[in-house]
Amino acid sequence: MKRIITATVQNRSGVLNRITGLMQKRQFNIDSISVGKTEVEQISRMTFVVEVEDMQKLEQLTKQLHKQIDVLKVADITDHAIVARELALVKVVCPPASRNELQSIIAPFRASAVDISKDSMIVQVTGDSDKIEAFLELVRPYGIKELTRTGVTAFLRGHQPQAADGNTYSLITN
Amino acid sequence: MKVKAQAVQERKPAAEVPKTGADLFVEALQAAGVDTIFGYPGGAVLPIYDALYRAEPRFQHILTRHEQGAIHAAEGYARVSGKPGVVIATSGPGATNLITGIADAMMDSLPLVVFTGQVGRSVIGTDAFQESDVMGITTPITKHNYQVQKQEDMPRIIKEAFYIATTGRPGPVVIDIPKDISGEVYQTAAAEEPIHLPGYQPTMKPNNNQIKKLIHAISTAKRPILLTGAGILHAKASEEVQAFAKRFQLPVASTLLGLGAFPASEPQFLGMAGMHGTYAANRGLYECDLLINVGARFDDRLTGNLEHFAPQATIAHIDIDPAEIGKIIPTSIPVVADAKAALKQLLTVEAELPDTESWRNHLQDYKEEYPLWYNNPAQDLIPQWVMKAVHKATEGNAIITTDVGQHQMWTAQYYGFDRPNRWVTSGGLGTMGFGFPAAIGAQLASPDSRVISVVGDGGFQMTMQELSVLQERKLPVKVLIVNNQSLGMVRQWQEFFYQERYSESLLDIQPDFVKLADSYDIKGVRLETQEQLVAELPSLLQSDEPVVIDCRVLRQENVFPMIAPGKGLHEMIGVSR
Ligand SMILES: Cc1ncc(C[n+]2csc(CCOP(=O)(O)OP(=O)(O)O)c2C)c(N)n1
Repeated sequence: MKRIITATVQNRSGVLNRITGLMQKRQFNIDSISVGKTEVEQISRMTFVVEVEDMQKLEQLTKQLHKQIDVLKVADITDHAIVARELALVKVVCPPASRNELQSIIAPFRASAVDISKDSMIVQVTGDSDKIEAFLELVRPYGIKELTRTGVTAFLRGHQPQAADGNTYSLITN
Repeated sequence: MKVKAQAVQERKPAAEVPKTGADLFVEALQAAGVDTIFGYPGGAVLPIYDALYRAEPRFQHILTRHEQGAIHAAEGYARVSGKPGVVIATSGPGATNLITGIADAMMDSLPLVVFTGQVGRSVIGTDAFQESDVMGITTPITKHNYQVQKQEDMPRIIKEAFYIATTGRPGPVVIDIPKDISGEVYQTAAAEEPIHLPGYQPTMKPNNNQIKKLIHAISTAKRPILLTGAGILHAKASEEVQAFAKRFQLPVASTLLGLGAFPASEPQFLGMAGMHGTYAANRGLYECDLLINVGARFDDRLTGNLEHFAPQATIAHIDIDPAEIGKIIPTSIPVVADAKAALKQLLTVEAELPDTESWRNHLQDYKEEYPLWYNNPAQDLIPQWVMKAVHKATEGNAIITTDVGQHQMWTAQYYGFDRPNRWVTSGGLGTMGFGFPAAIGAQLASPDSRVISVVGDGGFQMTMQELSVLQERKLPVKVLIVNNQSLGMVRQWQEFFYQERYSESLLDIQPDFVKLADSYDIKGVRLETQEQLVAELPSLLQSDEPVVIDCRVLRQENVFPMIAPGKGLHEMIGVSR
C-alpha cells in the first residue's frame, strides 16, 4: 500500500543522507521524496511517498525515522484530510499546428504552457498524483520528450473530520 | 634475544604554544570525564596528538597496533565499565580500519565516542591524500555522526556526542574533525551551551497502563517465562530483574549477550536460549503462554524460525528503543522504558501471583533430563571440559571475553556467569578478532579483575598484534587459545550441511603461539593433556603477568545442541548423546 509520511527535521548536514540511507538499509521502497525549508529557520520538512507491505512494516518505518537524532516529528498522514500536491514539467512534441489543440487540453487541468519553441511546448501541471497521471495520459499521444516531477509534498488540512465519523480519506489510493 | 625498547624518550616540556582547536578538543574530553583513550596517530590528527602530549593531567592513551584493536578495546572497556569508550584514529585508512568495530558497537549497543581526523576543509571532496567519506561510510552504523564544520562548534558537538552515546539505547557516535579545525589557533572561547536535542528524548519511565496490562498478564499466565537481554545490563538492573523473577516465580532464559544479568547458578535459570542454547530454555520459549522479554531484540540466532517461536504466547517486551518493539514479533504488551525503571514499577505494583509450580517443575525436568553434554575421553583436552576447568580455577569470578566461533558458544554454555558485566563477546555482528583487544579494554576498565580472553586459533590471528599492548602495559590478561587447528564453527557447518567438504577451514599450518608470546616477552605455555591442564591452569590464571595459553583441544569437537538454520526452537538436534 502507498502511504504518505511527513517528517520534520533539523536542517543539519547529513540528515537527508541518514534518512534515505536507513530506508535503503531497511528495504523500504520510496516512490518519492520532497524536501524543503519551513516557516521555522533551520527546520525542514520532508514528504515521502512509500510503498509498504503491511502495517507492521509501516510502523517500523515511522519508528526508525523517529529514532534519528535530527528528526523532530514523524507522521503518517495518509488517512487524514490532507492537501497533497505535486508539480510536473512536461516537454511535449508540439508543431505549430497542434498548439491550439494542446492548449485546449491544458486549460481544464489548470496547467500552463511555460515555454514554447518551434516544435515543442513545456507544460507545468500541479495537483495530486492522480491528476498528474491523468494529464500525462492525455498528452502522451502527442509524444512526451521529457518529463520531470517533484514528488508529493503534503499538509494536513486546517479542519480534520472527527475520527468517529470514520470519513477520513486519502488522496493516494492503491 | 629480547628486543627491549630504547630508553624511553623523555617528555619534552610543553612549550608555550598557542591554543588550537585540538586544545578545545582536549578540554571537551576532560569535561566529559574521559581518562582513557584508545587510538593511533596519523597526519590528520597530528594537532590532536600534540594537544594530548601537552595535556595536563595526562590521559591514559593506549596505543594499539591496529585501529581495529583500538576500537574493540574501547568496546570491551565500555561493556565492563558502563562508561563510553573513546577512540581516536586518523583520516582515510585510520578511519576505515575502525569500521568493523563501529558496526559491532552499533549492533551490540555499546557506548563509544569515536574521533576521526579528516583532511582540511578546503580540500574535502577533492579525493585529497588520505581522504575518505567518513560521514557517508559511518552513517548506517552509528547512532549519530558529526563532522565539525566550525571550530567553535566542537565543544557542543563533543558534549552532545557523549550524551547521545550513553543515554537511551547506547551506541557509537562518530565525530569527524578536519585537520584545519584542530590545527588552527583558536580565538573565541565557545559559549557554554546546554545540550539541546529536541529530536532526541529517550523514554525512561514506563506507561502505567502497559505495566498494569503486563501485571495482569503475569497474574493470569499458566506458563510465563522471562527472557533476559543485554538491555538489563545497560540499565544496571540486574538486582531488579532477580527480584522480579523471584517475586513472580518466573523461569528465566537468557540471550547470549544477556548472560550474567540473572545468575546462572540460580535454580530458576534455564540457560541460554537460541541456536546453541539449552534444551530447557528453548522448550521454555516454545511452550510458554507469556513471554516477557526484557531488553532483548529477538535476534534470529535466538528465535530460530519465527513461525515456531513462542507460538502460543502473549508477547510482552520491555525495551528502551521503541523501534525494537514489534520489529520482529507482533507484541501485545509493549513497554517502552529503561529496564530498571520498568522492573522497579513491576516490583511495587500490587499483583496476584501466578501459580507456576507445575510449569516450573516441567521445565526443571527438561533441565535434569537434557543437560548440556559432551563426551570426555580420559586424555585429550575437550573444549567444554576446558571451559569448566576455567570456571573452577576462577571460581566463576573472572571477566571473560571471547572471539566468535565454537569457543564462544562453549564459553557461553559452560562458564556460568553469575554476575553482570563480566561477559564480553561480539553478539550481533559476530566479529572475529574482537575478543583479544576487548580483553585489553576490559582489563583497563577493571584493573583488579582477572581477565581471560578465550579465543579461537583463527580469530586470535586477526588481532594478535595487540600482544604489544600487554607487553608494554604489563596488563595481566590471560589469552586462552582454544586451539582446534581449524576455523571450528565453519568446519562444523561444513560437516553438517556440506557433507564434510572442509573448504578453507582447516588450519594445518599455524604459528607457534608459545614462541609468538615469547617474542613479545610474554609467557607462553602449551597445554595438551587433561593432567597437564589440571596441574598448570590454576597458577597460570592466578599469575599477575600476561600469559598466552595454547590449549590443544580435540579438532573435531562440535557445539551441541543446535537448531539448524531455518528450523524452529522445538527442532533441536544433538540434545543428548
Ligand atoms: C571477521 C570474520 N570473518 C569471518 C567470520 C565467519 N566465521 C564465524 S566463526 C568462524 C571460525 C572461527 O574460527 P576460530 O577463531 O578458530 O574459532 P573456533 O570456531 O574454532 O572456536 C568464522 C570464519 C566471522 N565471524 N568474522
